[in-house]
Amino acid sequence: MPPLTRWFIKTAMVYLAAALLVGLGLAARGLGYVPAWWTALSPVYFHLFMVGWVAQLIFGVVYWMFPKYSQAHPHGSERAWLAVYWCLNAGLLLRAVAEPMLTLWPVVGWRWGVAVSALLQWTAGLLFVVNTWSRVKER
Amino acid sequence: MPRLSRWFIRAALVNLAVGFTIGGLLLGHKAFPVHPLLWRLFPLHIELLLFGWTLQLIMGVGFWIFPRFWRSRGNERPAWLAFFLLNAGVWLAGLSPMLSLPPVLLTTGRLLELAAVAAFAVHAWPRIKPPGASGRGF
Repeated sequence: MPPLTRWFIKTAMVYLAAALLVGLGLAARGLGYVPAWWTALSPVYFHLFMVGWVAQLIFGVVYWMFPKYSQAHPHGSERAWLAVYWCLNAGLLLRAVAEPMLTLWPVVGWRWGVAVSALLQWTAGLLFVVNTWSRVKER
Repeated sequence: MPRLSRWFIRAALVNLAVGFTIGGLLLGHKAFPVHPLLWRLFPLHIELLLFGWTLQLIMGVGFWIFPRFWRSRGNERPAWLAFFLLNAGVWLAGLSPMLSLPPVLLTTGRLLELAAVAAFAVHAWPRIKPPGASGRGF
């Protein structure tokens, strides 16, 4: 398993644990032990799971197992793949902080945080599609 | 990678690109509101990423790597049917709420998605087997 795949999959597992912890807090609100502001984490819970865990796990396995781009460059552009990893995770982490903060405290700084996180995640998704497209082939 | 897997996976990649673009727009809109109508894209965002990307990629990779019968993948027709039903269903169920189409079209979209899953199961069920087995047992 190549190093970048290990990074993708291990990071995905951390996000899975984080998503389940956030979900636990959301479920426990009714018991009265979790503060009301925790509700602001609802969109983050879903995206930690679907982007941080599901999409990231898929990205790591695709990098590893899809047909080779070429003998010299089996994964396509390694730089683009590194950019996918860093943009996806920087974007998602920034979102996990900025989106609930914007709900609770809508100042311009958090607005820019959310906007930049959107741009980073979108860049990661598009770079993944572009870099994977030519590896979807017969052999 | 067989031809049908290439179709499934490329369609999944297109849905990922469109779904992430809509998601980026919606998140950006939370930060700097553009127009309230942008929220109408939300059901399409969900449909494209849950079914058009994740489920479709799984079907494409499953068709490619599940155990084969000697050199054949068995009856491929239900899997091709699943490809067309899934994509029709995803776009119909995603666009119906956005365009305020009659609710029957959203239901039809979901039915097409369900039929796609059933068709894919008809193809894949016998391939979920130990190496060398016929695929008739459980």
